[in-house]
Formats: sequence, structure tokens, C-alpha cells
Amino acid sequence: MALPAYTTPLERIWHYTYLFICGLIFFFLIAPIVVIMPLSFNAVPFFTFTEEMLRLDPAGYSLKWYEDFFTSLNWQGAVNNSFIIAIFATLISTTLGTIAALGLSRADMPYKSVIMGILISPMIVPLIISAAGMYFFYTKIGLSSTHLGVILAHAALGTPFVVITVTATLVGFDHSLIRAAATLGASPVTTFFKIIVPLILPGVISGGLFAFITSFDEVVVVLFVGSYKQRTIPWQMFSGIREQISPTILAVATLLVIVSILLLCTMELLRRRGERLRGITPH
Amino acid sequence: MSQTLVTVDGVPLKVSLARAQRRGKLKAIGLVVPLFLFILVTFFVPILDMLFRSVENQLVGEVMHRTVPLLNNWDEQSGELPSEEVFAALAEDFIEANETKLGGRVGRRLNYEKPGFSGLFRKTTRKAGSLEAPYQQSFIDINQKWGDVENWKIFKRESAPYTISYYLAAVDLGYGETGEIVRNKDDRRIYLKLFWRTVWMSSLITVICLFLAYPIAYLLSALPTRKSNLLIILVLLPFWTSLLVRTTAWIALLQQEGVINDLIVWLGFVADDNRLSMIHNRTGTIIAMVHILLPFMVLPLYSVMKTIPPSYMKAAKSLGATPFTAFVRIYMPNTVAGIGAGAILVFILSIGYYITPALVGGQSGTLISNFIAFHMSSSLNWGLAAALGAILLAIVLILYFLYDRIVGIDNMKLG
Repeated sequence: MALPAYTTPLERIWHYTYLFICGLIFFFLIAPIVVIMPLSFNAVPFFTFTEEMLRLDPAGYSLKWYEDFFTSLNWQGAVNNSFIIAIFATLISTTLGTIAALGLSRADMPYKSVIMGILISPMIVPLIISAAGMYFFYTKIGLSSTHLGVILAHAALGTPFVVITVTATLVGFDHSLIRAAATLGASPVTTFFKIIVPLILPGVISGGLFAFITSFDEVVVVLFVGSYKQRTIPWQMFSGIREQISPTILAVATLLVIVSILLLCTMELLRRRGERLRGITPH
Repeated sequence: MSQTLVTVDGVPLKVSLARAQRRGKLKAIGLVVPLFLFILVTFFVPILDMLFRSVENQLVGEVMHRTVPLLNNWDEQSGELPSEEVFAALAEDFIEANETKLGGRVGRRLNYEKPGFSGLFRKTTRKAGSLEAPYQQSFIDINQKWGDVENWKIFKRESAPYTISYYLAAVDLGYGETGEIVRNKDDRRIYLKLFWRTVWMSSLITVICLFLAYPIAYLLSALPTRKSNLLIILVLLPFWTSLLVRTTAWIALLQQEGVINDLIVWLGFVADDNRLSMIHNRTGTIIAMVHILLPFMVLPLYSVMKTIPPSYMKAAKSLGATPFTAFVRIYMPNTVAGIGAGAILVFILSIGYYITPALVGGQSGTLISNFIAFHMSSSLNWGLAAALGAILLAIVLILYFLYDRIVGIDNMKLG
């Protein structure tokens, strides 16, 4: 946004004020996430910077909250549960979601918008309502406080993301490719794996990542459908904050931020690859 | 002269085409069916079950199965107690309830209508063995409340298999002396206030998000791609970060011994013993929720603004508009779709928010969802929780319908 030479001084002042305001808003967005990182190395159980920390005195810093995280049974159980639940939920929602998206993007699909509306409703209904419904119903059929119950619930919550991303990938899909493969002698199965899958893979993976993070980050449903045995990282953080907040939570938070940075990079790479494959070059 | 077109194998073309189309349709449906059934069982049925629970009231009629049919013949307007026959049936029901241990649950159910029923039923169940003819006197000897016609009226009303009393309670209504629907007393009116607070706070959060998102979305759309790709990371990183991490961060920042208070004390704005309380109240909830929901406003705005050609503004200016007029008259109307999409999205998300208000809301920052959770896990009044949930669901579905009208579900974009 370079300023043209004919701008008046007033416009110039406004322009810099505007940039300053934008800077403040970006600061508001990112600062809280950045601040917790150094705080997690605090040597004392405070949630603020001690004088030693501000003087960059090594004595003010410590890794003990990380040590606590890696040795505590509560937290390690939570890490295991989080991964088990998220991986299985992602597998279910990615498989079912991708297949359904293939059907939904066919031109001859009847009642498309109604079905789409129902399929993505888990994303729209407030989590507390989903959690309430699942809590009552899963208790009735004996699925509450089981890993299976939480996995099924999370899979349901994750599918809308898969359906949306894969359908979006299929919008630019050239259907003559399928006919081309068929005329060249490929069976439908070969066509699916050799032609369709490579083209929609970026959409499937990013939908899968959405589903994974939905489950990995979800806490309301776990709180109601699950119990201590199904505790996930967010569950443990939630009860930790409610009872006695210790800087271990900040250490966990820092590790989770690193995970989300990795996720963000993966998504960006996938987006670029997808654009390249479909012949859309970034401008 | 008309001649039917046929395919190579002699089938009329029309038939063959219809067959092919049907096959295509079936194939498409076949692909969608597995997910449809999955969502139906794991998600849709539970929601319907919850809606059913908000009106369901089988318990009283099932446990008191001898008394309830007889009660239907009793005229509650007569001002007299039910007949001895009803009391005799009640005695049998209580003896059975003493064995099945269900008497307490009926009492708890009726206690929602009028406090005191729980104790009455517990006591009567315990003493069920000592009941004898004449039963009416025997019951009144155990507890005088059995001689009160008002209590019998409530008993009869709530013995029907379906009830609207949970919905009445959810909007602060109740039954008056003669069974008509009246508003609750002032000190018992909480839910309408809570719904109002939820809507009000969600609107405020939406408006703040809009004001913060508009400038940065504009900046992102105006910058060259290389620079905006870097800056958008600052929006996407919070978007991808666990909301518990962000809530934790705000607790660390806002609490009395936290970073912000330390900073302003050090700067000398407030005295050390006069630290600001910015958490466990409404302020804390609003700040944290704005931070969490802001990316949901920036991203739709950004994707709309990117499509507005810069030449529009230049054209307006060359025709003599001041930058301000050009912005208000030309640019802003073009972004209405993005504003609508972002605002409804943020509003829908905040109206059902549970985690952040539960952790940083304290007393004044709790929302309706916190009360739903409270009735589910603490007070165990599941019917009321379901009724509150159903009302919230109705509000969200109306907004969702609007969203679909403005943006279209098919156009929803992620990331």
C-alpha cells in the first residue's frame, strides 16, 4: 500500500494512523499466544514475569513445568487418549466424509441442499446442545464413559469439515478425466485410485486435518460423554484451570501452540500443492 | 412422421436415458447413505431424544400407576380432597415404590414444580409400611401436606405423560393458584434475563469483532500477496490454536497478579493495592471471546474484499468523491455480504459458547449454555436442561437459515 505522490498531508497522517491501528489489532491477536511461551519457563509458580526473568537471569527460568508434564500420569494419559480418540475419529470422518462428498458433487444427486444441510449440521448446532443430546442418548445405549462413545461423537463433529473441503476440491474437478481414463481401459477402481485420489488428496488431507484438530481441541463433548478414563488434553486443561491452575498448563499450552504452527504450515503447503495440481498458479 | 429413436440394442433412447439417469442417481445416493446414517445415529437421534426429553414426563404416571388413572376422575375445582379410593391406591403405590426405590425420583420431579415435594415423598415412602385404613387420615398423619388440595392439583397436573412445565420454567413462567399460567415472582425470574444477557453479550462481541476485523481485513486485501500471506499468518495462528490455550493465556494476562495488571502498576496508572479485576466477570468473558472469535470475522471479510477491484475506488475518486465518501458509498456496500457472513457466524458461535464463559465468566459473565451444563451435571434437572437447549437450538437454527439465505451453505469456505 504505497502512497501515491499526490497525497495530502492529512491523508498521510490518516494512513499512518490506520496502519498503527492495524498493528494494534494484530498485536491483540498474537500477543496472548506469544506471552505464554516465556511464562511457561517460569521458575516460580506465578503467572507473570518475575524480576529474575526480566533481568534474563538464568535462575529465573526453569524447565520444571515441562518435566512435570512429561512425568505426570494424568497428563501422559491425557496425551494418549487425545491421540487415540482423534486418530480414530479422523479415520471414520475422513472415510465417510470423502465418500459422501463424491456423491454430493455428482450432478444427478437429488435433494442436494437438504442433505448437505443435514450433513453439516453438527458444525452449526452449538456444542453444548450436541453434548447434551449425546450425553442423554449415549447414557441410554451404554456408550457414555467409553472410548467408543467419544470417538463416535467426535467423528460426527468432524465430518462436516471433510465434506466441505472435499466438495470444494471437487468443484474444480474435470469429469472428462474419468471418461478419458475409462476410454484408455482403466476399471472404475483403477480410475478411483490413479486419477481421482491424487487430485482430491489435498482436499481430503486438509479436511482430515480439520477433523483431527476438531477432535483434538474438543472439550465440551468429552466433559459430558467421557469420564476421567477418557480424559483428553483439553479435558485435563479444563479441570486443571477450574481446580488449581499450575504453570504446567502453560507448558502444555506452549507445546500445543507449536503443534498448531506445524499444522498451519502443513495446510499452507497443501493449499499450494492443490492450486498447482489444478493448474491455478498463485498470483 | 415420427419415429422413436432407439439405441444399438433396440431399446428406445428415452428409456435407455432414463435408466442411465436412474443408475447415476442411485450411485450418488449410495455414496451419501453411509455418512447420512452415521450422522443420523450419532448426532441426529441424540438431538431428537433431547427435544423429546424436554416434554417427556412418563415417570410420575409409571411409578404411581394405580393412583394416576383414579386421579383423572377427581374434580380439582371442587375444593375437596380426592376420595378414599384414591388414597388407598396411593398407599399401594407407595408400598411398591418403597421396594423399587423410585419414590424419591417422583418426589424430585414434583419438587421442580413446588419445593417440599421431595421431602414429602421421601418421608412417605419410608413410612409406607405403616399406612392403614382409613388411608386419608393415615396419610395426613404422616404429613399434613397430603391434606392440601393445592398439592394434589400439582400432583394431578404433572402426572400426565407429557408436560410443558419445563418450557414454562425455561421462560420464567409457572402455574398460578387456579392453574393458569403466570409469570414467576421477581426473585425467581432468571432465564429470560439470562437469554437476554446471552443475546446482548453475543451482539456486543459480534460488533466488536466487526470493528476490529474490518480494518485488518481491508489491509490484508490491499497489500500485495507476498506481504498479505505473511500477515494472514497472524490471523491463522490464533485460529488454529486450541481455544483452551487462548483462554489460559487470557487468564494469565488478565488476573489480578497477571501480566497486564503488573504492567499498569509498574507504569503507575493504578496503585498496587487497587489492581483491576478483569477476569471472572463480564469484561474478561468479552475480551477472551472477542479474541477467540475474531478470525471467524476476518476470514469471510477478507475473502469478499479480495474480490473488489481497486478500480472502483479510483473511479469514485476521479469523479470527485472524497476518500471518505468513496469508502462509505462505494466500498462498504460491496462488503455487505462479508459483513453478513462474518457477523452471523460469530453470533451463532458466541450464543452457544460454553468453555470460555465457564472458565473466565465468574458470576456476571455466564451465558445460557453454562446453565444448561449446570442443570445437566449438578442439579440433574434434565428436562429443564433439554428445554433450555431446545430454545437455544431454535434461535441458532433461525440464524443458520438466515446465513444460508445470505451466504449459502455451499459457499462456506474454511481456511
